[in-house]
Amino acid sequence: MTNDHRDAMGRPLVAITGAGIVTSLGRDKAENWAALTAGKSGIKRIKRFPTDGLRTNFAATVDFLTGEASPAPALTIELAKHAADEAIREAAIGAQGHFPGPLFLATPPAELEWPQRKALYHAGRNSGLTGYQRLVDAAREGQWDEMNSLFQFASVGEHLAQQFGTRGIPVSASTACASGATAIQLGVEAIRRGEVDAALCVGTDASVQIEALIRFSLLSALSTRNDQPEQASRPFSKDRDGFVMGEGAAALVLESYAAAEARGATVLGFVLGCGERADNYHRTRSKPDASAIIGAIANAISDACIPATQIDYVNAHGTSTPENDKMEYLALKHVLGEHLMATPISSSKSMIGHTLSAAGAIEAVISLMTIRNGTLPPTINYDVADPEIPLDVVPNAARPARVETVLSNSFGFGGQNAALVLGAP
Amino acid sequence: MRDEGRDVLITGVGLVSSLGRDTGEHVAHLRNGGGYMVDEQRFAPYCVHPLAPLDFAQQIPKKSDLKQMEAWQRIGVYAAGLALSDAGLAGDAGLLQRTHLVVAAGSGERDIGVDCDVLDKLSQIDDSTALAKQVLPSALRPTLFLAQLSNMLAGNISIVHGVTASSRTFMGEEVAGLAAIENAFRRIAAGQIDIAIVGGALNAEREDLLLGYELGHNLWRGSYASVWDRAEGGGGFIPGGVGAFIVLESRAHAEARSAEPYARVVDVATGHCDRTDGATQRVLQELYVRMHEKPTGPLTVLSGASGAAPVTGEEIAFINTLPSHGAEPIVRGFGSTFGHSVEAQFPTGLALAALACRHKLTPKEMGNAEIERPFSSSTAHALVTCVGHWRGEGMALVGAA
Repeated sequence: MTNDHRDAMGRPLVAITGAGIVTSLGRDKAENWAALTAGKSGIKRIKRFPTDGLRTNFAATVDFLTGEASPAPALTIELAKHAADEAIREAAIGAQGHFPGPLFLATPPAELEWPQRKALYHAGRNSGLTGYQRLVDAAREGQWDEMNSLFQFASVGEHLAQQFGTRGIPVSASTACASGATAIQLGVEAIRRGEVDAALCVGTDASVQIEALIRFSLLSALSTRNDQPEQASRPFSKDRDGFVMGEGAAALVLESYAAAEARGATVLGFVLGCGERADNYHRTRSKPDASAIIGAIANAISDACIPATQIDYVNAHGTSTPENDKMEYLALKHVLGEHLMATPISSSKSMIGHTLSAAGAIEAVISLMTIRNGTLPPTINYDVADPEIPLDVVPNAARPARVETVLSNSFGFGGQNAALVLGAP
Repeated sequence: MRDEGRDVLITGVGLVSSLGRDTGEHVAHLRNGGGYMVDEQRFAPYCVHPLAPLDFAQQIPKKSDLKQMEAWQRIGVYAAGLALSDAGLAGDAGLLQRTHLVVAAGSGERDIGVDCDVLDKLSQIDDSTALAKQVLPSALRPTLFLAQLSNMLAGNISIVHGVTASSRTFMGEEVAGLAAIENAFRRIAAGQIDIAIVGGALNAEREDLLLGYELGHNLWRGSYASVWDRAEGGGGFIPGGVGAFIVLESRAHAEARSAEPYARVVDVATGHCDRTDGATQRVLQELYVRMHEKPTGPLTVLSGASGAAPVTGEEIAFINTLPSHGAEPIVRGFGSTFGHSVEAQFPTGLALAALACRHKLTPKEMGNAEIERPFSSSTAHALVTCVGHWRGEGMALVGAA
């Protein structure tokens, strides 16, 4: 193997040879890119379940893949299959249904929802039992194959492994809203170890179900601009009031650069570095000095073997919560220093909402498209600048720019912080 | 060529179960036998192995932290604390900041009372908007969500014990434990990291957990039977309350800080199949062929068999092929005494292998005398197996440090 297939630390370079994405804005890269660069919002009133009386009644749902009544994991699986299929077709790797590497999946934790609990409760109506005894009795006495196939924790990974024929155990990671970045990091590490030549990294999330919405609402994390849903996600604006739940999936086919070249694959870009750092300050908040976020970003840049000044663009975590956007600014200022003022930063979440477990993967694909198309997607709804976080957020309109290196940030509840550095081919 | 500095050693063990509250109680149990603790009544027709009573404040001193956790998190944070203390990491802020955290987790717990209230109300109101308008917003509370998120066991370990180099949670029933152990092992062996704490926890005494597994008819019903004696009754597992964490560390790192190792993890391998007839046995045989070393002579097999049928029988068939590799298996199905801890099952097996290696013991028989024969001395290696009740196969070979 020649040296140009390895990075400055002597590790195999990790190439991206396929990418797929589906969000509220569209079903593939082309549809998403057109909408993202036009500054469109995918956020709208929720129709999937009654929202009467809720503090928040909107989200960036994906309504064009499955029927409206399907449970969250069914849509989670469909989204992931859709994105993975696009990525694998682009990479033109392996035979149909035989992906030559493992699956690393970011997916939300499985949980029964109220329609399932109600169905079980109803099925047990003649048992004379109440509460969970009745549910468990109904489960025991009935056949619930479909429910069982959706609500195990390995379910989503299992469905994908069956469809795409990935090798080995389907690995499902949960690092909350950093999961998508973690899935990519797992693939990068396996390739760097020389264990595999290729990996399928997928992030998927379809969490817009009633209890999930109410839970985030109870944490005061969601925007409540019910009258103007498409204007609700306002990352870095002074009048931001919370995030907007979003749905979607994205997939990357990662390959060792050497293997990709050997089979004549088109290299779309590289994952140059990954960084992480856990925060031990609070279950839902960052250390006030942002040190854990700083650590994750600095680790990613150092893992990429580049100086911080080489970052051309940041695809921000940018959730639009008062807390996140301030802490992300503090961390970026610390790591990028003076270079920050010369670095455009935009948040795709202004348009597609916060896609939670999928966000890191979705935003990695958007970062890749940014590099490939030479256009920065905007942060929309940026009407009122926040003087405490002075940033070039690419306000409201896309902008042409030559981009070689992108930093993509992902942070989550439970002290999860991850960052990726992507590079041009 | 083997780089001994990159050998992966177990330098800390934290284990709580129905059989004990620390490594000392578990070593005594392994050495002397003493059966199992099982509750056949409380969740009848299901048995569970209830966790030994713990004073959680010993590892989770702040009441505000305890209040934010449900039982599965407390069990895990407690066991992780034991492992960190055992490895000499507890309280060493510098080391803890360089220690990586890898957790195998399922769901957190639901508040059964809240769910029952909601179901009761829903059954009385015939209005599709009631859930949003009247029921859920008043029934739920913010802390419930944080107890339910899978990665919040890891989050609480970071907060309570200060482990912060990184935090990764793997999901997928038994596959979660396989992925967690394999991930930590491979990163250390490859030099990507030097030290990690890895493990999981299960609170078996939960109706919402029983519901999740009974949807697929995975639970053993009726009176207790060992994992080897359930096939005729249709198979199934008995949940066991467990917290199991181990500290994995490169030899170079352990020696530099004079840590005393329990054992060396020789190799870890995992696999996956569709569970057609014979597939699990084939995968296990392939994984064993991949083990870097093949011990000859007596070999302790710490089987994590769940009791699910027919895969538990396929695991026996695999074990019966070990003599063709020169090994004489001494089988111990620890699921018979500890119960099945799903995500924590593989970490539990590694923890038991570490104890067996350090104390040079082969555990007393745990079930069915035809499968588990007495053996009074110790073996140089232990093979830990874990076959998921519905998906995932894996094993680890553990030997003297």
